[in-house]
Amino acid sequence: MLFFVARRLLYLVPVLIAVSVLTFVIASLLPGDLAYVILGDQATPENVAALRHDLGLDQPIWLRYLGWLWHILQGDFGRSFRTGQTVLQAVSERVPISFELMILAELIGLAIGVPLAIACAAKAGSAFDRLMTGSAFGMLSVPTFLSAILLIYLFAVELRWLPATGYVPFTEDPLANLRFMVLPALTLGLAEWPGIMRVLRSDMIAALQEDYIALAKAKGLKPSRILFVHALKPSSLTLVTITGINIGRLIGGAVIVETIFALPGIGRLLVGAILTRDLIILQGVVLLVGAGFVIMNFIVDLLYALLDPRIRHGHA
Amino acid sequence: MSSALLSVENAVVDLPTPRGNLRAVDHVDLAVGAGRTLGIVGESGCGKTMLSRAVLQLLPKKARLSGRVMFDGQDLTTLSAEKLRKLRGRSLAVVFQDPMTSLNPVLTIGTQLIETIQEHLELDLAEARQRSIELLAAVGIPAPEQRLAQYPHQLSGGMRQRVAIAVALSCEPKLLIADEPTTALDVTIQAQILDLLAREQQRRHMAMIIITHDLGVVAGRTDEVAVMYAGRVVERAPTPALFKQMRMPYTEALLAALPKLDVAPHTPLPAISGRPPDPTRPLKGCSFSPRCRYSAGRCAFEKPQLCSAETPEHLYACFHPIAARVGA
Repeated sequence: MLFFVARRLLYLVPVLIAVSVLTFVIASLLPGDLAYVILGDQATPENVAALRHDLGLDQPIWLRYLGWLWHILQGDFGRSFRTGQTVLQAVSERVPISFELMILAELIGLAIGVPLAIACAAKAGSAFDRLMTGSAFGMLSVPTFLSAILLIYLFAVELRWLPATGYVPFTEDPLANLRFMVLPALTLGLAEWPGIMRVLRSDMIAALQEDYIALAKAKGLKPSRILFVHALKPSSLTLVTITGINIGRLIGGAVIVETIFALPGIGRLLVGAILTRDLIILQGVVLLVGAGFVIMNFIVDLLYALLDPRIRHGHA
Repeated sequence: MSSALLSVENAVVDLPTPRGNLRAVDHVDLAVGAGRTLGIVGESGCGKTMLSRAVLQLLPKKARLSGRVMFDGQDLTTLSAEKLRKLRGRSLAVVFQDPMTSLNPVLTIGTQLIETIQEHLELDLAEARQRSIELLAAVGIPAPEQRLAQYPHQLSGGMRQRVAIAVALSCEPKLLIADEPTTALDVTIQAQILDLLAREQQRRHMAMIIITHDLGVVAGRTDEVAVMYAGRVVERAPTPALFKQMRMPYTEALLAALPKLDVAPHTPLPAISGRPPDPTRPLKGCSFSPRCRYSAGRCAFEKPQLCSAETPEHLYACFHPIAARVGA
């Protein structure tokens, strides 16, 4: 097991290097010279040249990349030339918000998707199964901005149960914080459950056809044990994968949902950086989000090994 | 017949298929007494596995079963799901063909044994664990205590089948159904597994049904043999009587198709020519007649019924049985 973890960790190194190269190259390829962005259109060529020299922009790209990487390895991701905030400060302020949103959304998605998938697989082909599979299909095709608006209309405008926009830190007032979080998390969760449900349902239907399920029945086990232990455990690998991918995706913040509900998360930080051409922030945040995604996948790999002994022992 | 532990009476299994109704089991009568062994022999698709699933009440959802399956005084076809569940694994156990797929790959050997024991017997975890270790030792698994924590993929095929047998034996069943228990195993392991089954059967006085396509498997190990063809029992006899004088040409053909060690190299196997009839298009006459060397006259128009030979235990369904032909 230790060997397995070490090997997986080693695989991370080239991936992280690739992420950093891509991030840097893409940011450098964006149109517009950073010096002009900072100084404005009216700047004299002399000033621009001087600033370019100060920023190191007159150096070849590979040298700039190495310099950037060198600073990052020392923990220095750079500083926004607009706000003066460092990348790490900006990210650490906003990560808790996106993180909380992601966890709540995933929990809602799993809480709806998993029980539905099990119920549908147990009664595959029934009217209930067809209704739920159809609803999942329907939900998949509803974009989040639409469901967000509908939820705001229902819960904030009509029923007046929940606030439509805003944010209070969890540490200040946990209850108020949750009230602000419910609608955005629900919006994302409603987009998550159909995928979870469809994948787990089809995996479980396949598992229920297996010989070992017939044997479990022949052993006289309770139907609940057959469903929840004998069929669910071998079916949960794909579920872990898509949950991991969803979480990895949401680490980067949910741009649309954070914007609609005015949540100051990573997604809003990124959008702001793009709109103001704050390349330092953009580079740093994209790199951190990419790293988060990679690490999430690493955790998914570990979960695989935990769920399936054949992977743990290097058989599959 | 009323004294039998298991008696299958007039069992018919129909499977609806896109090509029409498939009659997998066609009016079968069988009985096994307590502590006795019955062999069911036939080639693939003859309905032997469907028959065993009918006994276990584990037929595919779409299948329809009629007739009675009397086990220990109860008709399994009318039993509630909950009562059936209490019977399965407890009094009625099964070993499937392929040990590579019949054990759950993500649960330990220990879990799969202990869950069965705790489902049916009033034992706490430590007692169930102890019993599992004893069972694994009884089926010839070395270092049984360490095996409990292992997963099926860490064991060889033969070892896995031993585990499956240990699971089946775990609650001292009255009847064990072994559905092609050695087909998926190496030849060298086959005899070991069959001997193990025979030994445990003797020791535990349980009844056993061995389902196989191999007459050689049932030869020395069963009290009675039923030969199935196209969903029907075509010959049934006490094992010694069957091998002494088989009546049904199909049984003879099955025996002839067994590979023998004393033939010259490169001799082709005397396979049964032709194929079994399409089960969705039943024949009017004897199902074997299109492939039968002795087929003549009414074989093609009339179905032969099971009738007895010299002894009432030896039954066969044939108009031109082998011994009669010799005399004619």
